[in-house]
Amino acid sequence: MSQAAVRLENITKRFGSVVANSGVTLDINKGEILALLGENGSGKTTLMNMLSGIYYPDEGRIFIDDKEVKISSPKVAFELGIGMVHQHFKLVDVLTATENIILGLEGRLNKKEAREKIKEICDKYGFDINPDQKIYDMSVSQKQTVEIVKVLYRGAKILILDEPTAVLTPQEAEKLFNVMRNMKEDGKALVIITHKMHEVESISDRVAVLRKGEYVGSMMTKDTNAAEMTNMMVGRTVSLNIRRPKPVNPRPRIRVEGLTVRNIEGIEKLKDVSFTANSGEILGIAGISGCGQKELLESIAGLQIAEKGSIKYISDDGNEEELLGNDPRRIEELGVALSFVPEDRLGMGLVGNMDLADNMMLRSFRNGKSVFTDRGTPHKLAEKVVDDLEVVTPGIETPVRRLSGGNVQKILVGREISHAPTVLLTAYAVRGLDINSSYTIYDLINEQKEKGVAVIFVGEDLDVLLEISDKILVLCAGEVSGIVEAEKTDKNEVGLMMTKVMQKDTSHAVTLKKD
Amino acid sequence: MIDIVAFIPRAIGQSVPLLLGCSGEILTEKSGNLNLGIPGVMYVGGISGVIGSFFYEQACVNKEMNPLLAILIPLLCSLVGSFIMGMIYCILTVSLRANQNVTGLAMTTFGVGIGNFFGGSLIKLSGADVPSIALSRTSGYFSKALPFAANLGWFGKIFLSYGFLCYLSFIIAIIAALVLYKTRAGLHLRAVGESPSTADAAGINVSKYKYVATCVGCMIAGLGGLYYVMDYASGVWSNDAFGDRGWLAIALVIFSIWNPLIGIFAAILFGGLYIVYLYIPTGMDYMEFKELYKMIPYVVTLFVLVLTSMRNKRENQPPASLGLSYFREER
Repeated sequence: MSQAAVRLENITKRFGSVVANSGVTLDINKGEILALLGENGSGKTTLMNMLSGIYYPDEGRIFIDDKEVKISSPKVAFELGIGMVHQHFKLVDVLTATENIILGLEGRLNKKEAREKIKEICDKYGFDINPDQKIYDMSVSQKQTVEIVKVLYRGAKILILDEPTAVLTPQEAEKLFNVMRNMKEDGKALVIITHKMHEVESISDRVAVLRKGEYVGSMMTKDTNAAEMTNMMVGRTVSLNIRRPKPVNPRPRIRVEGLTVRNIEGIEKLKDVSFTANSGEILGIAGISGCGQKELLESIAGLQIAEKGSIKYISDDGNEEELLGNDPRRIEELGVALSFVPEDRLGMGLVGNMDLADNMMLRSFRNGKSVFTDRGTPHKLAEKVVDDLEVVTPGIETPVRRLSGGNVQKILVGREISHAPTVLLTAYAVRGLDINSSYTIYDLINEQKEKGVAVIFVGEDLDVLLEISDKILVLCAGEVSGIVEAEKTDKNEVGLMMTKVMQKDTSHAVTLKKD
Repeated sequence: MIDIVAFIPRAIGQSVPLLLGCSGEILTEKSGNLNLGIPGVMYVGGISGVIGSFFYEQACVNKEMNPLLAILIPLLCSLVGSFIMGMIYCILTVSLRANQNVTGLAMTTFGVGIGNFFGGSLIKLSGADVPSIALSRTSGYFSKALPFAANLGWFGKIFLSYGFLCYLSFIIAIIAALVLYKTRAGLHLRAVGESPSTADAAGINVSKYKYVATCVGCMIAGLGGLYYVMDYASGVWSNDAFGDRGWLAIALVIFSIWNPLIGIFAAILFGGLYIVYLYIPTGMDYMEFKELYKMIPYVVTLFVLVLTSMRNKRENQPPASLGLSYFREER
């Protein structure tokens, strides 16, 4: 009757007292790309994990080709032709592409035969990988290719891609979309989870929306638009424009000259980087992840040893102070605040097992005169951050690791901002956050900018970078490939600059040096 | 001058318990389990064999022992003893997700205690005047070398003068390497140790691999304890005699960068270092130097640890999830 490859009926999944999915009914059709939308914690990944056998639903039924099935393990999922490409790649670093692809299969180990089959799949869909390359030698997009080939190798008819473009450049994403279209032509059913609206519009045929674990509805992509989809996700009207107030009285605050940094293996992570960040401006930093963004911010915060170059802090009265080689504590006193959201979200900045108040205290434990720490002030600050930023938490005494990603990030950014910085360094502040939480963070950053703080904003989403920044510095393999005015450039240009170092004197590239 | 022909067989004899412990621990660690209980497991492997053979010898006081039974009974007892140790470790760390380091250290204390407790009991039972039990009849079967070895001069002495457990230890190491690098089970095992969530998503039963690898690893290591008592020590069990060989075996795992084939050479090297003090002539005036020579294996271990931690090659690093428990639904 229907051409549904998968039908989910009344699926419910709970984790302890938390309901991740409740009564979700959803069809996934053959030869169709379905975009699954929802805020963080709306249960998209959980739902898809139940299809791929990672979780088992508490209630509900799953049909594949109109036959009821029980997907009790990933193995069963493979046998049913379901393959999932996870947001965090499930690959073993020290094994080769081939070894990773055949991992978990039965029978005699025959790598030669496997290699040939992999070649065949690559030719069919237009992939390009070396089967004998070790995973740790691969770029992010190559790793993703291995993941997709792995799924196809097992003969998957239903493919689920969880935020596949989060780690790709626009060009790489376009390549992936082409492959996805090839697979669609081939009659496969595809599901893509993404936060990026323009991708939904360009790749998907149909959109299904989840909100707080419940299925809200689905519609054909061509009949809808970004605003409508967002409203469905959030449940109320949301403005999709990021404010960009005009910089007021910008003055140089941080001047970086010829900065070169090597990592512990002696590889150059930053090469002769020079720029100036002004007060009251947002300097966006674009680049493929791992191109030196982390090293740059850490150098400014005094956490990196630089090989050569200088970083000058220029205070309001014109005094200059060298930050390189300076004590991180002194740099902190100058008002340089660093909020870095690493890939695992916790890590730098917050201690997962400590509660909200204690995490606030990480910044202020030196204050106070007695031998005992002052616990009252951080407690009040934690309450304030929770109130101001609408952090969803059972209480101030909850360990941070129990909160969802968005709330963790709000606490980190909230704490850094509360110390009235003069320079705010923020990296991936909205990493993995849904639209609603992202906008809260953008507003916070804009507020700081209007207060005259020099903001350095390292971002992943080019659309956001283009909207929020005043200027964008593009890093490519540790080199500055250009600094452009955000208003006068577009995604394509920045995307190209991310992949190769361009001539610095192109028509609308300007240097940041101001007289 | 060191007497090479006398030294090498002693060094190889010393290396056997180290190699068995090392091969067993490599298999275990490849599954992501850091079993620091290996010294205890080796004690239990030893004492279990001793208990088995003690009662068999008692049963045959006045009659001929069956050679096959004399070997099989201690062997099976030893395997069962160390298997139980492996199961306890797995239940605690894999099923109940207890901390591996703490569990391992507790297992070592526990295993040594068990060994000394039953060792002490047996010594009481046997009514010996010295604090040890001699199972020389059983040991005769364990340490039986090839009959023609004695006629072949130095060649026979260096290559053919050992009991069967010694050859078995080398065969086990080679088989372990083949399994790890040439079979699908080995590929899966390495994947489990590197990234259990990946292995799980690929449809591999992570707990099963951890259980099997750890228990088999323990049984192999337990044989090391058995070899020590039955062959190396000529069937004499005395409490605490096994010493710190278990810890050296764990250090060897790092030295051999998780490769059982390298483990063979590393074990022989360490076996030699362990007894080299007996063969360096010091003269009667400088006996205290002997104590310094005894330190050599430990100094080398420290040195090797420093060296290995400086290596950058990814293949030579410990399994990435070593020491971590895995829980599929952890969020």
